Amino acid sequence: MGYFTLTRLALKWALSKPVTTRYPFEPRQPVPGSRGELAFTKESCVYCNICAKKCPTGALVVNRAGKRWAIDRLLCIQCGCCVESCPKKSLSLTPSHGTIAITKDREWF
Amino acid sequence: MSTEVVCELISADCLVDRVRALKQAGWRLVQISATRLPEAVELTYSFDRDRRLANLRLLALSGGPGIPSISGVYWCALMYENEIHDLFGVVIEGMAVDFKGNFYKTAIKHPFASVKPPAAVKPAAAKAAPPSPVPVTA
Amino acid sequence: MARTIIPFGPQHPVLPEPVHLDLVVEDEKVVEARPSIGFIHRGLEKLVEKKDYQEFTYIAERICGICSFIHGQTYCQAVETIMNLPVPPRAHYLRTIWGEFSRLHSHLLWLGLMADALGFESLFMHSWRVRERVLKIIEATTGGRVIFGTCKVGGVRRDIGPEAAADILKELDGIESDMREITRVFLKDRSVKDRMCGVGVLTKEEAYELGCVGPTLRASGVSQDMRQLGYAAFHELRFEPVTRTDGDSYARCAVRCGELFQSVDLIRQAFARLPGGDIAVKVTGNPNGEHIARTEQPRGEVVYHLKANGTKNLQRFRVRTPTFANLPALLKVLQGCELADVPVLVLTIDPCISCTER
Ligand code: SF4
Ligand code: SF4
Repeated sequence: MGYFTLTRLALKWALSKPVTTRYPFEPRQPVPGSRGELAFTKESCVYCNICAKKCPTGALVVNRAGKRWAIDRLLCIQCGCCVESCPKKSLSLTPSHGTIAITKDREWF
Repeated sequence: MSTEVVCELISADCLVDRVRALKQAGWRLVQISATRLPEAVELTYSFDRDRRLANLRLLALSGGPGIPSISGVYWCALMYENEIHDLFGVVIEGMAVDFKGNFYKTAIKHPFASVKPPAAVKPAAAKAAPPSPVPVTA
Repeated sequence: MARTIIPFGPQHPVLPEPVHLDLVVEDEKVVEARPSIGFIHRGLEKLVEKKDYQEFTYIAERICGICSFIHGQTYCQAVETIMNLPVPPRAHYLRTIWGEFSRLHSHLLWLGLMADALGFESLFMHSWRVRERVLKIIEATTGGRVIFGTCKVGGVRRDIGPEAAADILKELDGIESDMREITRVFLKDRSVKDRMCGVGVLTKEEAYELGCVGPTLRASGVSQDMRQLGYAAFHELRFEPVTRTDGDSYARCAVRCGELFQSVDLIRQAFARLPGGDIAVKVTGNPNGEHIARTEQPRGEVVYHLKANGTKNLQRFRVRTPTFANLPALLKVLQGCELADVPVLVLTIDPCISCTER
């Protein structure tokens, strides 16, 4: 049976810097290797539609005739399937979480 | 892994006796699972002893007589049996605690009871599922 | 004496999960507890009819937000067994490593919630501080904090390089010493022991008969751990199930504390033996057959029953999650307990209601 077993830990942390960051004032550093926002490079894309077919949630739409590519940010689960399947390496997942989607429409590129 | 699905097909009358024999031999009830087949619901009872699996399989015909409950032997079976009753609509007789369809509070009664109608699944899915990727022209 | 029914949940301050119990109380004693679930029933089992078997890995992983990785792993193992795929050994080892990391973060989360239920807020914060270190490793290696997304049918999708492995092992030493400081409080402190010792006792026979799994079963003295089946890389690693014999809340806490260090040890062993080679095989065709896969999650044994008929959608996908198997035991221990002990007892089985209802 022990008494005051947390005291040492509490004292140690009372005297050291907090582990939490003061978030809105101090921006969050993205962890390298994290799967964040999907980035699209328009220049290399050939509009082959493979990414839209592979996407498990149906977040992507490719319009071959109009050379347009679109993503529904709220449907995307950042799984990276499209990144792996793109033959032209036009897609990548950035470690940053990106901006918050506030509307339900697709973002067209 | 040693989990080949070897199933012993049995009938509803001898279910309780078989289960009692298994319990006396020291088997633990692992799960009861149901699969919807076109004309019946297939119940699989799995038991474990020393990490070996034994399965009993039973067919509950739709519209047929109810299935006897094994919750008199394994009390914990009442969870699985109420679940199967609520989701698949299989009548199970003599459950230790009968929730009378209130174990799962689902919007649709017996949601898993219908067989997948191959043609009818599509339109319903298009409505219920999140927006599907219909080609939109910008 | 007049009986009163007190609803416990679906929203309750002590549990972040929507469990609903109707407690029949007499004075301050609980006479009976009646569960009702389905508050968040999502019908994931039915979704196999719409998603193909490879896409379904993502859904299997989302059954639970805490033991997500092992759900995905079990699903993949079941499909791989049906399709008879030769999964490369390196993939097995990586799955083992991530699985153990997920156990670490799940148990640390539970310890924190337990401290919170006892009203020990600072201990709760410290548990989650350590958990954050584990989550950082997970995010850096897999890309997600709780939804790892690295398991796929046929292998894994990411590799851990040698430098990353060295960094992880170094960080693991720090995490281990942090965990020692915290578990000492849980196991030794008077105020924690007063709330847990002798509360909610399950005897060995009761626990086995009620079909308990995982730490709840092992705390009652049954040495059963599905990792002993030797799935993934566990057949090549050395470990003994952590058991206790008292069967009370304190024993269940002690088992989880013991498993933290067991997981650290298993991760070290797995890194030491990590073989080279590919991390995935190519998958063609559709599964046809039936399989029951079992693995050990942080909360206990999970059972996946898969039935495939040669099409790209499975015919039946059924999950028996550990909490579902532990609920009957919870109902038994709640009978006759004090009303004030209910939150602690509900927490000791580590309930995960989202995965119970699927
Ligand atoms: S797979 Fe790549 S190249 Fe093809 S449409 Fe998608 S982004 Fe463009
Ligand atoms: S990351 Fe996954 S969900 Fe998002 S667009 Fe690509 S394939 Fe679809």
